[in-house]
Amino acid sequence: MTTTVTPTPPASVEPQTPWSTSRASRVRSSSILLIAGVVAVVVVLFTGVAGIDGWAITFFGLSLVIAVTRTARIGPKERKDALMRVVITSAAVTAFVPWLSIFGAVILKGYSGARVNYFTQDMRTTVPDDFLEFGGALHAIVGSLLMVAIATVITLPLGILSGIYLTEVRGRLTFLVRFVVQSMSGVPSIVAGLFIYATYVYSTQSFSALAGSLALAVLMLPTVARTAEEVLKLVPEDLRSAGYALGARQWRTALMVVIPTVRSGLTTAAILGIARVIGETAPLLLTSLSNTTLRFNPVDGPIASLPTYIFGYLQIGTEFAIARAWTGSLVLLVIVLILFTLARRFGGKDKR
Amino acid sequence: MTDVSSTSSTATAEPPVFAGLETRGAHAWFSKHHALADISLKFPVRTVTGLIGPSGCGKSTFIRLLNRMHEFIPGAAMAGEVLHNGQDIYAPSVDAAEVRLKIGMVFQKPNPFPAMTIRENVLSGIKLAHLKRANHDDIVESCLTRAGLWKEARDRLGASGGSLSGGQQQRLCIARSLAVEPEVLLMDEPCSALDPGSTLRIEETIKELAEKITVVIVTHNMQQASRVSDFCAFFLTEGGPGHLVEADATRKIFTNPSDPRTADYVQGKFG
Repeated sequence: MTTTVTPTPPASVEPQTPWSTSRASRVRSSSILLIAGVVAVVVVLFTGVAGIDGWAITFFGLSLVIAVTRTARIGPKERKDALMRVVITSAAVTAFVPWLSIFGAVILKGYSGARVNYFTQDMRTTVPDDFLEFGGALHAIVGSLLMVAIATVITLPLGILSGIYLTEVRGRLTFLVRFVVQSMSGVPSIVAGLFIYATYVYSTQSFSALAGSLALAVLMLPTVARTAEEVLKLVPEDLRSAGYALGARQWRTALMVVIPTVRSGLTTAAILGIARVIGETAPLLLTSLSNTTLRFNPVDGPIASLPTYIFGYLQIGTEFAIARAWTGSLVLLVIVLILFTLARRFGGKDKR
Repeated sequence: MTDVSSTSSTATAEPPVFAGLETRGAHAWFSKHHALADISLKFPVRTVTGLIGPSGCGKSTFIRLLNRMHEFIPGAAMAGEVLHNGQDIYAPSVDAAEVRLKIGMVFQKPNPFPAMTIRENVLSGIKLAHLKRANHDDIVESCLTRAGLWKEARDRLGASGGSLSGGQQQRLCIARSLAVEPEVLLMDEPCSALDPGSTLRIEETIKELAEKITVVIVTHNMQQASRVSDFCAFFLTEGGPGHLVEADATRKIFTNPSDPRTADYVQGKFG
């Protein structure tokens, strides 16, 4: 054994990634695509092919031709690979277009109607087609947050408990609980609204935020419960065994070992539930309706929410009313984004 | 097969009560599969007993029978008696959680609680079982010391249990089971995933533990069995359910066993 181990690598060695494509070939590929794009523009300008869709089809055809000619000399396998790459990339871009178009429209149209007073005022002294410098959607924003908060407070414990029943207790009613949860997830949202209308709203003779929350809770529960079940299933059996072997009872093990282990997953369950209901309009029209005044009391008559606000002002149909509705849509998107970011930040924080 | 109902009342009345753990005619089933037949063994206080035998002979099943972990497997069944200080742990009046509090277990795979820090892991048993203990700091230090982890972990008690190496995690699991002060510690191949250094540390820990409590250890490592145990029990399956071939002092099992199959196994001729 005379080989000596070099203590440190010489300073001239640089970290490299020989497996990635070189800069030169990337530049070549993208410039060819750029030329194809320009050629497609020329085709659209000087032939019968017209519009953005005409451009996209021409560009797609050109890309296919280029892919075939570039790989023609290498071999049939490479040609197939290049063709499939073009087809798959195009499919991905096509799938992305509607998403981008929706977001683009909401951001552009919503932003142009946004004013500071939109977030500080309600509509109690403003008519819908007043100038955008007057009135706002504070009451709808508060209403939405209030109802989603109450719905979350109702469904999160119920959802987690049913998940625990299905994965930890595994009692005799497992089949029934799973069946009910699954069929609940198929309930149309208007039916959930009607259910609360027939039971709660009818008996109290009043629309209210609480009624809206209950309807949202009906829709939210199956999402939360199923996600919680899936997440709790991921907890390794060893951890439960370890808990039991320390002399812990089942509920202590579930509460102190199983749930903390999947805290971030349970946060995801809550997020998915909120995402499911925050844009719901139909059930709210039957339960919380809408109003024009900022209100915090959940049992004090009808209350506005962003979806019903958007729905109402689009119905009015005048220029400024529609602008208010678009801004409402943007605010709804931003609220969802903020909620997701917050939940990822705080729910996903594991002690590592 | 022993009839539980007819013997349990007389067994507890017999003076003097055997101090430690004892099985009488213990059987175990997984659904229809008869995994273990008629095991009668005694584990006296302050001794280490090694359970040896080839894979699939029912050692792990047997050790899980000793603190009622067997019943968590769906379709599991048992027969016979398991007595701890003369009390049948399967008697209807006995609370399984209380049994597991007195008869702790260390598993084959290290399983520290990932959502807890090292300190919280050590104290987890106390919290889980609602025990009243005042001096938490002392418990953490003494348990980690006894498990041979204190020196490595004392500066990072706030780190996650999952941040330790495999061997350290297993020692953390041992510290965790010591914190609830069990009277018996069952260890199911505690060193099978560990490097020789960690294995040695854990073997030292086992010897120290045996000065106070009863230890039962399943091991596939013959050297380990001869190093740590006072008594050995050799299990075997020959087609049917696993059964006990021979149980005796470790020295006798390894030098002059009475059954030729034991001799073949400890000399490495099969298994």
